[in-house]
Amino acid sequence: MKAKIFIKYKEGILDPQGTVTNKALKSINIKGIDSMGIGKYIEIDFDKSVKKDDAISITKDSCNKLLVNPNTETYTFEIEE
Amino acid sequence: MKFAIIVFPGSNCDNDAYYALKNIGFNVSFVWHKDTNLSGFDGILIPGGFSYGDYLRTGAIAKFSPIMKSLIAESKKGKIVIGICNGFQILIESGLLPGALITNKNIKFISKTVSLKINSYNSVFTKNISKDRSDINMPIAHKQGNYIVNKNTLEELEQNDQIIFKYKDNPNGSISDIAGITNKNKNILGMMPHPERASDGLLGSNDGRLIFESILG
Repeated sequence: MKAKIFIKYKEGILDPQGTVTNKALKSINIKGIDSMGIGKYIEIDFDKSVKKDDAISITKDSCNKLLVNPNTETYTFEIEE
Repeated sequence: MKFAIIVFPGSNCDNDAYYALKNIGFNVSFVWHKDTNLSGFDGILIPGGFSYGDYLRTGAIAKFSPIMKSLIAESKKGKIVIGICNGFQILIESGLLPGALITNKNIKFISKTVSLKINSYNSVFTKNISKDRSDINMPIAHKQGNYIVNKNTLEELEQNDQIIFKYKDNPNGSISDIAGITNKNKNILGMMPHPERASDGLLGSNDGRLIFESILG
């Protein structure tokens, strides 16, 4: 079982990487993009004994204690069986 | 006055800080991050560098080093704690100082000398600096030094006079030009500029000494 965690900046937090990369896309004539944000993707592999409910609580615990900075970031995740 | 300099894997300003504090007259020791007792010290300095390779977020992994429990306990007793650059990032991740330090507005690593305004003389770190010295010069060297904080906390910082240093010409996008803040009790200072690298005339500026000399009284 796997957790796929997506971390991005909160609304209103300056994301210079996203802003500059979006400008670069414009400069190579890619049109139609209003704005973009760059975040992080983390994958966790659980050991075989872990059930889905435990996987969810382990993922949340890991995000809240270390993986995510609640001042600047938000996260979502999916559990893949 | 006995000062501990915490050494993490990846710290690289520990020797500079040792040299600066020793020259000014402190009794200085290096303390490895796996040690657990800081009770014998009057002050603690977390130096700059790239603790744990800046993995995940700057300072995020260092906050779980064994020494941090003792550092937090000693800081609660009112002992002086200074975090410089990566040290500031670690203090923020540990929750000892408010806000967050994110990537510089121009996404670049900036290494240059900057001019700082002393925004408050009402702290142990600045109280003995002559009021004639309204600005001081020292280097910055960071990529994640863009200080952000929510509106309410910014107001609190201002009301409690916790903003100690401001950039005269903001290099990194920090809100309200903030370069260094303290906690509410004003015994913990976090700052992105490097006073330890401006503590010897040979280095181009002696202004960093003023902060350490102020502590010594």
